[in-house]
Amino acid sequence: MSARADHLAIASRVPEGARVLDVGCGDGALLALLRDERGVDARGLELDSAEAGLALSRGLSVVQGDADTDLNIFPDDGFDVAILSKTIQETRSPAHVLAELRRIAPRILISFRNYGYWPRRFSLLTTGRMPSRRGWYHEETLHPCTCADMLDLARETGLNVAAAAQVSSGRVASFRASGFGALNWFADEVIAEFIRA
Amino acid sequence: MAFMPDASRPTPDSLQKLVLPEPLRLDCGQVLEHVEIAYETWGQLNSEKSNAVLVCHALTGDQFCASENPVTGRPAWWPRMVGPGLPVDTDKYFVIASNVLGGCMGTTGPASLHADGKPWGTRFPVITIADMVRAQRGLIAALGIDSLFCVIGGSMGGMQVLEWAVQAPEQVFAGVPIATAARHSAQNIAFYEIGRQAIMSDPEWKDGAYLAHGTRPDRGLAIARMAAHVTYVSESALKRKFDRGLQDRERTSFSFDADFQIESYLRYQGRSFTDRFDANSYLYVTRAMDYYDLAAAHGGRLSDPFVGTPVRFCLFSFSSDWHYTPAEAMAVTRALVAAGADVSHIEIETDKGHDAFLLEEPGFESALAGFLTASAKRRGL
Repeated sequence: MSARADHLAIASRVPEGARVLDVGCGDGALLALLRDERGVDARGLELDSAEAGLALSRGLSVVQGDADTDLNIFPDDGFDVAILSKTIQETRSPAHVLAELRRIAPRILISFRNYGYWPRRFSLLTTGRMPSRRGWYHEETLHPCTCADMLDLARETGLNVAAAAQVSSGRVASFRASGFGALNWFADEVIAEFIRA
Repeated sequence: MAFMPDASRPTPDSLQKLVLPEPLRLDCGQVLEHVEIAYETWGQLNSEKSNAVLVCHALTGDQFCASENPVTGRPAWWPRMVGPGLPVDTDKYFVIASNVLGGCMGTTGPASLHADGKPWGTRFPVITIADMVRAQRGLIAALGIDSLFCVIGGSMGGMQVLEWAVQAPEQVFAGVPIATAARHSAQNIAFYEIGRQAIMSDPEWKDGAYLAHGTRPDRGLAIARMAAHVTYVSESALKRKFDRGLQDRERTSFSFDADFQIESYLRYQGRSFTDRFDANSYLYVTRAMDYYDLAAAHGGRLSDPFVGTPVRFCLFSFSSDWHYTPAEAMAVTRALVAAGADVSHIEIETDKGHDAFLLEEPGFESALAGFLTASAKRRGL
């Protein structure tokens, strides 16, 4: 099975041998990649018990739980890196989740859909309808936000953005430490790396 | 042991057992000599002796997790989990299950004979979960096994798994505590106290000396089982199976007969239990569960006894279990995470309540199989 481009991009930002918590780890594909390629101590939190069961059979350690309520089981500085791969916009309280991750790990990698992406802006402007693939009422995203919105929340949480990369059409551009204003226009999805301020 | 009424069947005394070579020092301070442990095994121990799995049973269970109990004639109690090709695969692992200390299926307990030739009765010392595990450790040592690939068990069996990991962390590669908690709640103690009072207020109990008197406190024991059984099932499962359905009648009888199906079901559960369990054992084993409080036994912090543990843990809980709730399992998980342990916890969505771990629950079975297979690979099995 070939690894997803966004997973490889996230893996490239994780130091060898780090202690990693993947919040919303799904079936553990990213964690397994990190364990096998980067030798990390991989742990996951996953809401869906069937997905968590699949992660177990990959030999991963996974706790079935809810990012909104169960991050409190992890101790302060319990990890080197925390990852939120396409999860934060689906949480009920993104601000709380981000604050918890900051407590748990000094380095946080977050990937999310950018609602500031110009085709979405254009679509909203011209059609007057929310950008959505299957109808707004089917979206799992509880908190749609733009890249700029996410950077604002991170700053308010006491995090600096260290680098970010845009993901468009499944391809990940290189991580850059500046030019985030352009990302807000041109990135379909964003992978951002935050460190404690 | 005289509580098994069917004379055509073997008695617990005739089951496979082993005498521990050393006396057993108990938490209460007493020392038990000549402790017998009744046990069963399935599968083959490999040449490295690295594939042994210990299955720990619950309050009313026994060592017959994977084959019929010849004494009671009851089928294996974990037929979906232990056996060839099942998650605890007897083609791959050497599976051991023993009757707990204080039990009534061949292991030394209150129905066993004291040195004076009479049954122990309530002269038997009050035992703890830790004592049960000490006895099991004696058995494993006597079988020549240095370390277990896995210790697994549900309910009281799960308490033993936790206790094993604390007493002998270097001897346990993987621990699977299922539908369990690190302490008994006030609610659990309350229900078991109702059961004990029912037994002790049965006139046939004779201050615990019923075996010597040739009597049986069956009514008390049946009521104890009825009260406990309610805690093992969920309200929604009771509604699904019985609701307010009437038993073999069109309308209520304006009497105290078993009008409702649930009454008839509980009466049957109580009655059939007395054929296979000793009333004094019920007192002792429930007491051991009540006394269980792993954190209190180690200075008050649940994470402390697990700091630095090499054991890989995988906990399972069941959403509708109100006997040992998912929140209790999450508290254990939190402590293990804080201790730096390698821990997984899966909460299975089900309406089957506490007993779900004994019933058909495909998500549970496949997740457990996945954990064991991955752990076996890591151990080189």
